[in-house]
Amino acid sequence: MLHLSCPYCGPRDETEFAYGGEAHIARPPTGASDREWADYLFFRRNSKGIVFERWQHARGCRQWFNVARDNVTHEIRAHYCIDEEMPAIPDSEERL
Amino acid sequence: MTRRHYSFWSIANEARRGHRGWAPAWRTPTPKLSYDVIVIGGGGHGLATAYFLAKNHGIRNVAVLERGWIGGGNSGRNTQVVRSNYFYKASVDFFEHSLKLYETLSRELNFNVMLSQRGIVTLAHSRHDLETNRRWANAIKLNGVDSEILSREDVKRIEPLINLDARYPIHGGFVQWRGGIVRHDAVNWGFARAADALGVDILQNCDVSGFETRGGRIAGVATPHGVLRAEKFVLSVAGHTSALARQAGLRLPLVSMALQATVTEPVKPMLNTIVMSPGVHVYTSQSDRGEIVIGGSADVYSSYAQRGSLPVFEDFVASAVELFPALARLKVMRQWAGIVDISPDTSPIMGKTPVANLYINCGWGTGGFKAIPAGGDTMASTIANDRAHPLIAPFALDRFERGALIDEGAAAGVAH
Repeated sequence: MLHLSCPYCGPRDETEFAYGGEAHIARPPTGASDREWADYLFFRRNSKGIVFERWQHARGCRQWFNVARDNVTHEIRAHYCIDEEMPAIPDSEERL
Repeated sequence: MTRRHYSFWSIANEARRGHRGWAPAWRTPTPKLSYDVIVIGGGGHGLATAYFLAKNHGIRNVAVLERGWIGGGNSGRNTQVVRSNYFYKASVDFFEHSLKLYETLSRELNFNVMLSQRGIVTLAHSRHDLETNRRWANAIKLNGVDSEILSREDVKRIEPLINLDARYPIHGGFVQWRGGIVRHDAVNWGFARAADALGVDILQNCDVSGFETRGGRIAGVATPHGVLRAEKFVLSVAGHTSALARQAGLRLPLVSMALQATVTEPVKPMLNTIVMSPGVHVYTSQSDRGEIVIGGSADVYSSYAQRGSLPVFEDFVASAVELFPALARLKVMRQWAGIVDISPDTSPIMGKTPVANLYINCGWGTGGFKAIPAGGDTMASTIANDRAHPLIAPFALDRFERGALIDEGAAAGVAH
């Protein structure tokens, strides 16, 4: 069971949250090529190690926020608001 | 390369000598510096690819590199279900080819894979579910595969212990009688033994840490045995595909997630078929050893941890107990997870890549086991001819750019 901390409500169990996938994906400009659209819609980094992802406090305040999580150990490394820059996480090289 | 034929007589002979004469089923070879094809990943798909390269295409200078041991990954972690009850023609054609290969696999490999075509029942929990099931079952029939609509009474007749008046009452369903279960370890061991007998080198404890590229092609892979070279390479590594492909400069439309399953203590026969409920998302069957095997949906977030989350486990176990109240008293014996690579349309991604001599076989998500023989057969053909096998042409990586998705996740439901 993950314990996530909503920036607005504080720490709660995983079951209160909905997962929103990889964060910091920018929508391409109008007139982008099919390849750019495919990349935006479907292609993901899918790192092993530290991942930056969106979560929603679906059964609480319904706000979206971002989490930096280690997807091998499930350790939560950072919580930050949806409009914040990706934080620097020490020792976050991808594993193989 | 010779191997001993397994038969009633070989078992009787060994029994007479106290079973002291069995030889290992495959060699532990010293790696050569160069191969025609290197298969990265010694799961069912990788081993089957190597076997069919050697058998159908005469390409025997092949190595299979396995990071752990044969049968230690998803090929030994799945719930053993084989079926071909898909919605779209591309999927039905491919998975039906696979099921047909499974039907003769024991003879093909001289290894009893214990195929048991006991039928797979899909439940409907509302009138609307039943409508969808009817459409699904009719699509399967139109594609030339067996399927049969079931009434509420039919379901009860097939599975007498089912609770028709569950929290989400059962309105009926449909069945594919040719669906069933196969002993998964036997599939891995059988393909490994048969490939080895044709000269394929199976290298266990051999993880790939990177690629050596030259002029837009892969020249070699870095392993504990040094750099191993080959003409062609295929990635067949399930949940680790994105991470490894990135080393070769490829970006893929995959997300890796944990998929869990569990078995109870063994009991006398109580389930006749595989029962699958897309509505409450659980599927269950009874193994030949008597254990009740239960699985459900993948965990909700990305993971490379090979262990599942408790809330998802509680969800699918609660669903199983609601459908079969008799399960409530059973103790859980084992629970585990495998890392599956889920694609946006939940269909596999197979074939050529932008890197000229690198092929991929991935995106199997929660349903790769049933595809092992056909995955190996079609990938071997694709690699040997450097042209996608007709059965996998629709599953090419460029379908996402072309918008030609094969959305089984939406069409055939979550139980994919």
